[in-house]
Amino acid sequence: MSEIAIEMIDVNKWYGTFHVLKNINLTVQSGEKVVICGPSGSGKSTVVRCINRLEEHQKGIIRFEGNELTNDPKSVASIQGEIGMVFQQFNLFPHLSVLDNLMLGPMKSRGLSRAQAEERARHYLDRVRIPDQADKRPSQLSGGQQQRVAIARSLCMEPKVLLFDEPTSALDPEMISEVLDVMVELAQDGMTMVVVTHEMGFARKVADKMVFMDEGEIVEQAPPTQFFEAPETNRCKTFLGQILQH
Amino acid sequence: MTRLFISLLGLLALAGCSSSATWGWYVIDPTTPSGWTNIKFLISGMGATIQISVIAALISIVLGLLVALPGQSSKRGWRMVNRVYVEFIRSIPLLPMLFWVFYGLPIIFRSMGLNIPIDPFWGAIITLAISDSAFTAEIYRSGIQSIARGQSEAAQTVGLNYFQTMRYVILPQAIRRILPPLANQFIYIVKMSAFASVIGMQELTRRANELVVTEYRPLELYSLLILEYLVLVLIISAGVRWLERRMGSDERR
Ligand SMILES: Nc1ncnc2c1ncn2[C@@H]1O[C@H](COP(=O)(O)OP(=O)(O)OP(=O)(O)O)[C@@H](O)[C@H]1O
Ligand SMILES: [Mg+2]
Repeated sequence: MSEIAIEMIDVNKWYGTFHVLKNINLTVQSGEKVVICGPSGSGKSTVVRCINRLEEHQKGIIRFEGNELTNDPKSVASIQGEIGMVFQQFNLFPHLSVLDNLMLGPMKSRGLSRAQAEERARHYLDRVRIPDQADKRPSQLSGGQQQRVAIARSLCMEPKVLLFDEPTSALDPEMISEVLDVMVELAQDGMTMVVVTHEMGFARKVADKMVFMDEGEIVEQAPPTQFFEAPETNRCKTFLGQILQH
Repeated sequence: MTRLFISLLGLLALAGCSSSATWGWYVIDPTTPSGWTNIKFLISGMGATIQISVIAALISIVLGLLVALPGQSSKRGWRMVNRVYVEFIRSIPLLPMLFWVFYGLPIIFRSMGLNIPIDPFWGAIITLAISDSAFTAEIYRSGIQSIARGQSEAAQTVGLNYFQTMRYVILPQAIRRILPPLANQFIYIVKMSAFASVIGMQELTRRANELVVTEYRPLELYSLLILEYLVLVLIISAGVRWLERRMGSDERR
C-alpha cells in the first residue's frame, strides 16, 4: 500500500464556460479502494472519465503510476487496458457473444492467441459466477448478469486500476447485491478501485477512503468511519442524511 | 405502385397496336426478324449498364467510408476535410462532372506528364463513383452515429485503438443501418449511369438513342428503354427488401 497508482493535482476542467471540475486533488494508492459520492451533476463521472482519458482536462496534472497523462494520443494509448472501467449502462458489445465480448480486448490489444484469450475469459466468467452463459448474447442476460460480464470484460485486460461509474444504478433492486458481492470479492483480492456509488453499505464494507463531491469540488475526503460518523461540512451531512434515509 | 405503372405501359402498348397509323410497335416486335434484331441490340446495352453501375457502386462504398471516417474525428481539421468534400461533391450536377472528368481530366494528366487516357467506360465509372461517394459518406456517418457513444468508450477501455474500434465494434453494428440505404443508393447509380451515353458509352440509353436516329420511333423505343430500367430497378429493390428482412430478423435475435 505504498505505491501511488493515480494522482490528481489541481485538476480543472471546463465544458465551454461551465467549470465542471475545480481544483481536484486526489491520490489513489495501489491497492486502495476509493469511493466517490455526491449529488447528481457534482462531477463524479467526469473525475473518473478524466482518469481514463475518456475526457480531457484543461489544467492540472493527472499521473498514472508516476507518468503524467496528457491529452496527446500516445498518452491515451499508454493507459488503454491498464485502467479498466465499468459503466452504469454496461456498454457490452451487443453483436458479440459473452465470450467474444471478453476476448476482444485481450486478443486485439494484448496480442493473446484465441486459446489463451478464451482460457482467460472463462476464468473471469467463473469469478463473476456466470460460467454457463459464455455463448449467449448480452441481450439474453439479466441486468445483473450483464454488469458482471462487463466486470469480467474489464478483468480480462488484467488492469492495474478498475474504475466503476455507478455500476448498480441501472439495475433492478434485486440484482444489485449480486454485482456488489462480486465487487467486494475483487476488493478483498487487492484490486485498486475507484468507485462512484451511492451504495453506502458497500462503501462502509470496502472503502479505504471516502470522497464527497459537490458542484465540481471535492468537499470532503476521509476514512469511512470518520466520514460517516463525523462529517465535517454541512453539505456532506445533508447529503448523507438524504441517502442514508433510503 | 410499380404494378400500376406496368399495367399502364401495357395499356399503352395495346392502344398502340389498335391504331397502327400513329403507333409503330413493329420496331420492337419480337415476331419479326428486324424487330427481334432491334430488341437484341437494345438489350445488349444491359451488360455495360450493369458493369458501370456495379463497379462505380463498389468504388463508392470504399471511397464513402474513407470520406466518412475523418468526419467522426474529434479534430476539427479532419471534420472540415469531410464537410468540404461532401458539400462540394454533392453540389456538382452529374452531367458537368462527367464532362469535366471525360474531357478535362486527361488534360490535367497530360500537363503532369502522365499518359492516362480516359475512355467512356472509366470516365463514367469515376464520375458516378465520386458523385455517389458524397452520399455514401453521409450514409456511413448517420450509421456510425446511431451507435451509442458508450460502445466506442467501452472499446477504448479494453485497449482497442481507433481502427480496431471501428472494425470490431462500431461498423459491425452500424452495418445493419448502413446496408439498406447503401443498396438504395445503388438504384440511384443505375439510373444515373444513363448519362454515360453522352460521352459515347454503349449502354442502354445510348443504344436506344442510336436506334431512334435510324428508326424514327422515339415513343416506342424510349418506352422499352424505360421498361428496361424498370426491370433492373425492380430486381435491385427485391434484393434490398430481402436484405432488410434478413437484417431485421438478425436484430431481433
Ligand atoms: N459533454 C458535456 N457537455 C456539457 N456539460 C456536461 C457534459 N457532460 C457533463 N456535463 C455537465 O457536467 C456536470 C458534471 O457531470 P457529471 O456527469 O460528472 O456529474 P455526476 O456527478 O456524475 O452526476 P450523476 O450523479 O448525475 O451521474 C453536470 O452538470 C453535467 O450536466
Ligand atoms: Mg455520473
